[in-house]
Amino acid sequence: MNDATVAEVASGSGITAISVDRLVVRFDGIGGTVTALHKVGFEVPQGGFVTMLGPSGCGKSTLLRAIADLVPVSDGEIHVFSRTPEESRRARDFAFVFQDSTLLPWRSALDNVRLPLEVGRRGGVELERHAEPEELLALVGLEGRESALPHELSGGMKQRVSIARALVQKPRVLLMDEPFGALDEITRDKLNEELLRIWRETGTTIMFVTHSVPEAAFLGQKCLVLSAQPGRVRGYPDIDLPEPRQLGIRDTLEFVQITSHLRSLLEVAE
Amino acid sequence: MKAGQLAGRGAAAGTAADPGRRAGNWRHRAPAIVAAVCLLLSWQIIVDGFGIPTYIAPSPVEVLQVFAKEGEILWINFWPTLMEAAAGFALGNSIAVLLAVWFVHSQLAERAFYPIAVFVNTIPIIAIAPILVLMLGNGYAPKIVIAALICFFPTLVNMVRGLKSVSPQMLELMRVLSASDAEVLWKIRLQSSLPFLFAALKIASTTCVIGAIVGEWIGSNYGLGSLIIEATYNFRAPLLYATVILGAGMAVAAFTATTIIERRVLKWKPGNVI
Repeated sequence: MNDATVAEVASGSGITAISVDRLVVRFDGIGGTVTALHKVGFEVPQGGFVTMLGPSGCGKSTLLRAIADLVPVSDGEIHVFSRTPEESRRARDFAFVFQDSTLLPWRSALDNVRLPLEVGRRGGVELERHAEPEELLALVGLEGRESALPHELSGGMKQRVSIARALVQKPRVLLMDEPFGALDEITRDKLNEELLRIWRETGTTIMFVTHSVPEAAFLGQKCLVLSAQPGRVRGYPDIDLPEPRQLGIRDTLEFVQITSHLRSLLEVAE
Repeated sequence: MKAGQLAGRGAAAGTAADPGRRAGNWRHRAPAIVAAVCLLLSWQIIVDGFGIPTYIAPSPVEVLQVFAKEGEILWINFWPTLMEAAAGFALGNSIAVLLAVWFVHSQLAERAFYPIAVFVNTIPIIAIAPILVLMLGNGYAPKIVIAALICFFPTLVNMVRGLKSVSPQMLELMRVLSASDAEVLWKIRLQSSLPFLFAALKIASTTCVIGAIVGEWIGSNYGLGSLIIEATYNFRAPLLYATVILGAGMAVAAFTATTIIERRVLKWKPGNVI
């Protein structure tokens, strides 16, 4: 399965997972209307890994939340596998990973992973499509910790559980909002490498918001760079690095050239 | 890895240090016990030494004698008060919890009834008691209602806060999962509110006894409250003291029971691990 997925990605399956067209998101604040995103447009291919980079307050999270149907769209269109965000939310096309692991403190790691299978059945979600929670905990490297309560786990381990929970219904798209932002650098590096492995093994399309230029370059096949106030697309370069990527790649000249290109886009963006 | 090792070490320390912990407990409690014994002793010595008449202040020995000689009177009056307190505790807290659930789901309900709940809470319980006796007669009913009223407000306030204590991200997660309001309530909100609920129940477990006793003062010929009034008017100070001690004992027992249940239910709270 791994090889097939990688091959498919490499050759380009031609199917668009996420398409965003002339998206505008406005918020009504106390000081009048604030435009968070202005005419944002891009596409994410199926099986792709796209990172999103931008100065704080540029609306990266808002964009991800709009795709997840957590923020109302003011104008323009979003499609996830040709469905509106609401339809794809009800069909469980995507899963969301927050910066905070949002685990229920009274549930064991395993029961936290099971949560998506227990709620939201009302809309007739087909739940045959799901993975075994035990296998997912093994996939994220938490074998033997199934019965641990969240407070017994480290920050990195909690985030692993939250990734396993997101994968439990085999989502076609994984939306990740700075999932490793609160972790120390060593843990973060390790999880970056493991996330790439999980991505290769599951073939899920991933959109990943980050503050970190090296992280965006290391993980993404493409990187969406946004400018601030209002958020606009500043660039959407391909990141051509040899696959499968390992942490050592960050010391290569190629990698440094890519990060300096992303930084130059960000400087324009400021 | 790190957390795993830490948890493992913690568990090992827990089992190995059990006798040690008991000794630690004793060392922890010894000062309070010694102080209490000293106070009782000095009370006895002062009452005996200055020849203070029993009806003004009985000595601890005299109070103890009441438990031995008039145990039956105390016992007969203990049960009705316990019943009233327990029934009031159940009634007041149930209504508070249901109302809190309603408030969390309907802003309109919260805006309409929260101020009324605050108003009811501001009326001194002593002032409501006669009104309730007039309305509900001389039986158990008014005492139960008074005990319920005294429990009600702290639980309502805490429960509303508890149900709202769910993080916004958790609610967003539930929205991404297309969870219904009922699912959010059963899977998330109720569990999250438990620490808040138990904080309120601990208060209620002692105040419901006060409520029952106050109810019995106003109009009753049974219960610890009525025994307090009777003993006072007859200058039976040792009996009065014994009754008060029994009432306090009931409250302490209720509080301890609530704390034990809390530890069992909230095992998942760090620091609550037994």
